[in-house]
Amino acid sequence: MTVSVWQRLDQAGRSLAPVAVTVMLVLLGMVPLYLPCYEDVAPALALMSVYYWAIHRPDLIRPSVAFVIGLLQDTLTGAPLGMTALVLLLCQWVVVSQRGFFLANSFVLLWVGFGFIMFGAALVQWLAFSVLELTVVPLEAALFQALLTLALFPVFAWLFIRVHRAFLKEL
Amino acid sequence: MSRLTALKTLVQRFSFLLLLLASIALMMFGKIDPVLIEGIRAHVTDAFVPILDAISRPAATVAGVVETVVDISEVHRENKDLRLENASLLQWKQVALRLEAENNSLRGLLHYKPEPGATFISARVIAAPGGPFLRDVLVTAGRRDGVRRGQAAVAGAGMIGRVVEVGEWTARVLLITDINTRVPVMLDNTRQRAVLAGDNSDQPRLLYLPPEAPVAVGDRVVTSGDGGLFPVGLPIGVVSAVGDHLVKVQPMVDLGKLEHVELVDFGLPGGLVGEADHFSGVR
Repeated sequence: MTVSVWQRLDQAGRSLAPVAVTVMLVLLGMVPLYLPCYEDVAPALALMSVYYWAIHRPDLIRPSVAFVIGLLQDTLTGAPLGMTALVLLLCQWVVVSQRGFFLANSFVLLWVGFGFIMFGAALVQWLAFSVLELTVVPLEAALFQALLTLALFPVFAWLFIRVHRAFLKEL
Repeated sequence: MSRLTALKTLVQRFSFLLLLLASIALMMFGKIDPVLIEGIRAHVTDAFVPILDAISRPAATVAGVVETVVDISEVHRENKDLRLENASLLQWKQVALRLEAENNSLRGLLHYKPEPGATFISARVIAAPGGPFLRDVLVTAGRRDGVRRGQAAVAGAGMIGRVVEVGEWTARVLLITDINTRVPVMLDNTRQRAVLAGDNSDQPRLLYLPPEAPVAVGDRVVTSGDGGLFPVGLPIGVVSAVGDHLVKVQPMVDLGKLEHVELVDFGLPGGLVGEADHFSGVR
């Protein structure tokens, strides 16, 4: 059975979905929302996406992809170049290497798994920032960000599941 | 050929480790050569401007609608307050006019050389990246519009930050609350010098204030002009809390609700502007 060019294109387009969703979330996360105190705790949307796809389609979010998406986010947000790249890369690696643990049957376990990743990411970020600034930066904001991200996870997970079913079901 | 394949396998096998080292190296490199990194950042940011601009508009519209609803519910009370304020402001206006006339005549007597006039560049805020460790915004004005590194950013009643990165179409403004911000300031009434330092909280701190210096809640904090970066007397905030080792300043402007900012070119030589020109000259 031969695969036509169009089928291949279709396949390629579909397998880009996880990356496209993640990049879109990077951009959406930068929109000024004019909510009081929102910016301090703006949720880490890209992390949710990398977490979800690394569990379900690790072949489509490779370490290099996570790295590049992180670099993009650092460049756009003005964070020290390489920091989000490091966080997303570590997230991808932990999830893929412990996939048996994270590939849960129930949604609650998926959520709990994300909790571990999120707080780990907050700590890594805080540590990297403290080292770069040569001072101990306050940890509270990072923890609040982690809590908010964790609270919003079901909403975005629903979105990922929809995208997953719509584009990558038959693969 | 086989060597190439071997190398490829090696890279694939250690890709995680290599990328890990790369991200750490990048962070360190950003500390060593921030100017180069800034240039790259500015180019990438420029490329994403159309998208960021497009998706920031609906958000601004929604925020506008919400604000209108809130405004309508408070319109009566606000109107009453504003009438009272207006009455007292009219008195102040008379005082100001009298002082201006007096100032002009005294300057005429002294042959005073006025400071170079300031030009304003208005820009819209298209992105407020946020996150727990950063306080910056992206605005839609860049090198083409005359924006230069180091210019002060003003919104409404006071200064909000300064330009740290300039692209063709965009500029990044580091807010006064960011942990990397230091602004030479003084207390308006006592002329006591200090440095305003952000710490990523909503209220930056005053550093290097002598322990015996009189400072009280409500004192106005303005730029001192030391270092030639900003002009003298640009309002920044008011002292909101005075502790033993900590004096906090409440910014004049609500930094979470920035929609438009003005980048101010005071025509002052030196400072960061001069430094940036120097750097670009070297390159």
